[in-house]
Amino acid sequence: MSTIKMRANIDNGVTTFKALISHPMETGLVKDKKTGKVIPAHFIQEVVCEHKGNTILTANWGPAVSKNPYLSFRFTGGAAGDTIKLSWVDNKGEKDSSEVTIK
Amino acid sequence: MTSIKRRIFLKGSLTTGAIGMAIGSGLLTPRMSLAAWSKEAFEATDVNSALSALFGTSSPEGSDRIKIKAPDIAENGAVVPISVTTDIDGAESISIIAEKNATPLAATFSLGPGTEAYVSTRIKMGKTASVIAVVKAGGKIYSTGKEVKVTIGGCGG
Repeated sequence: MSTIKMRANIDNGVTTFKALISHPMETGLVKDKKTGKVIPAHFIQEVVCEHKGNTILTANWGPAVSKNPYLSFRFTGGAAGDTIKLSWVDNKGEKDSSEVTIK
Repeated sequence: MTSIKRRIFLKGSLTTGAIGMAIGSGLLTPRMSLAAWSKEAFEATDVNSALSALFGTSSPEGSDRIKIKAPDIAENGAVVPISVTTDIDGAESISIIAEKNATPLAATFSLGPGTEAYVSTRIKMGKTASVIAVVKAGGKIYSTGKEVKVTIGGCGG
């Protein structure tokens, strides 16, 4: 199952991209109430969005980005039917990627 | 070694070295990333250090051409929606800083050539503070801030 839900809609040449990623984005500052142990930091560090082999956005995140992070941005040069790929990697080296078609 | 062979050999070894380093630090496809994750910036415990680590300066120029959309009062400090837009020409990156978080730098976004200078995301805020948006454009740094009141802190401590 992908951790990434995306939508990309084009209007008048501008594509609006929205993504919601499932990820705990743990800060490393919170104690588990049951065990009393600190839950280790576990957060997405880098997100790369690509369109036709070009990187349209790179996001670098710290643990202050909210759990299940949301991202939206806009770009020109896309067309209906094109795909946008989002890839992320976190501080543990875990990663995921997915693609969406521009409508 | 002939000069052509020497150049190809050097190019090959440099490329391998760079990729090796990037894979070691957990980056995505290194060539696709517009900016490397800066440990120094994200672990900085005050705004000036974060700015210095990111931009080499801690004195951005104040600008009213950066607009921050954020709630005046955040009901839930764990999920504060922030949008930043700017019409400064040649904006290459937008960074979001929560002034009073333990580590103030929350996110930076590096924009590709056809990408609008607009980003929207949600961040955690530990307490009422200024959200500072920093834009890098044409080799210079600009910023503006907006105070967000936080009733329930979002860093979970």
